Amino acid sequence: MNISLNITETIQDWLMSMMPEGVASIAAMVSVALIYLIIFAVAGLYLVLLERKVAAWFQLRIGPNRVGYWGLLQTMADALKLVSKELTGTVKADKFLYNLAPYFVIISSLMALAVFPFTKEFQAFDINIGIFFLIAISSVGVIGILLAGWSSNNKFALIGAMRSGVQTISYELSVGLSLLTMVLLTGSLQLSEIVESQKEGWLILQGHVPAIIAFMVYMIAGTAETNRAPFDMVEAESELGAGFHTEYSGMKFAYFFLAEFINMFIIAAIATTVFFGAWLSPFGITESLPWLGVFWFLGKTIVLVFLMMWFRWTFPRLRVDQLLTLEWKYLLPINLVNIVIMAVMVWLNLTIKF
Amino acid sequence: MSYFSDIYKGIKTLLTGMSVTGKYFLTSRKGAITQQYPDNRATLKMFERFRGEVVMPHDENNEHQCTGCQKCELACPNGSIEIIWDRAIDETTGKKKKKIDKHVYHLGLCTMCGLCIEACPTDAIVWAQNFENSTYDRTQLTKVLNRPGSKVKAGIED
Repeated sequence: MNISLNITETIQDWLMSMMPEGVASIAAMVSVALIYLIIFAVAGLYLVLLERKVAAWFQLRIGPNRVGYWGLLQTMADALKLVSKELTGTVKADKFLYNLAPYFVIISSLMALAVFPFTKEFQAFDINIGIFFLIAISSVGVIGILLAGWSSNNKFALIGAMRSGVQTISYELSVGLSLLTMVLLTGSLQLSEIVESQKEGWLILQGHVPAIIAFMVYMIAGTAETNRAPFDMVEAESELGAGFHTEYSGMKFAYFFLAEFINMFIIAAIATTVFFGAWLSPFGITESLPWLGVFWFLGKTIVLVFLMMWFRWTFPRLRVDQLLTLEWKYLLPINLVNIVIMAVMVWLNLTIKF
Repeated sequence: MSYFSDIYKGIKTLLTGMSVTGKYFLTSRKGAITQQYPDNRATLKMFERFRGEVVMPHDENNEHQCTGCQKCELACPNGSIEIIWDRAIDETTGKKKKKIDKHVYHLGLCTMCGLCIEACPTDAIVWAQNFENSTYDRTQLTKVLNRPGSKVKAGIED
């Protein structure tokens, strides 16, 4: 079984046979974008369902089980309901920014999906500064949140958005530094080369102690970046109504909601790529079947997503000052020391390679 | 160096919390406390202390334990209980004695406070565990607790 999974090239070659080169490459980009959009809109909905089921199991409940077998169509039905709902808005809102904000958030989170190596050739856009692109694109989303808070002309929304700004900009540092710690091992920012270098052992094994510290810091900071509990200062139901999306309804609310879950998937997917060998199977057991890489990639990602859900349903929420103390007094110094340890380790060749 | 011991303690307590919730997650299949109500209507049993409505139990001879002392009527804070009583000749002593004609209970007014049941000296009224009390007509919420033709159990007043 040898299916070519390099979808960008496959589609481009196929289109090239029918139309001129320039048109074909644009058409290929559009069709790949559409495929990704459809796959991840559905995947996002199922992540919402997974979250609700996992939450139910943690709280000894049953969870959604009415729509479809085992509740599998529940979030589809919710999405249909949200599409059909009226879009209400505030009278004195800044209409242009108010309508723009949800698209900012959802597009920035969908853009990040383009660079992930789901398997050896199933990667839409293998840019040579992949990690840098991911770090950059994940901080664009906060602009959408700030716009939403500012333009809805609501005190709660503005406070929520400002908290989000503080939180995301602070934790961005830890995410970036912990990923750079791992880049020291690979010597490349390109995601396909990061995966290639992990054929001698996943990076979390290659880097042993500093890699595990970097992974812990990354998971904490990553959870904070997605604005989920225990770092949900942005929404803070008990204090701010619904935070930055207080004034949003219907499909625009659904965009924010979906973006949160796709962001969670992205954070887990980055961790999978950088720490756990992306599509590489453990001990190379399925090396002869390259298309199984998709299964390994998604499996590892789902495990990490489950870890983030476990955090959410276990830990108590932080206050804003505790949130900043955690970042600036604990995570950042640990991270800086860790990056130096990793550099020394790579210099002295103390990494474990199989 | 409290800085490092703080980090150690923090991680330790977080892991303790995660192990607790993890245990709940693993046992959730057996221990789900959700009742899928309309589906399990036939088997659903309410717990013993649930306050559904006030009832007056009757034994097989159609005898209840209510002496008509009206303590429940006095104890009720919002007049849910009305006792319509009468006097009749007692067969054993030949004297006139108080007995209930109708023990009227307005479920629509009742707040389920339970003061009437605490006040009852002979345990004539108790809580029932039924919870499907909705009706299409308000008059059905006014109930007569003693059954027609019932009488007080002998010797209950002694």
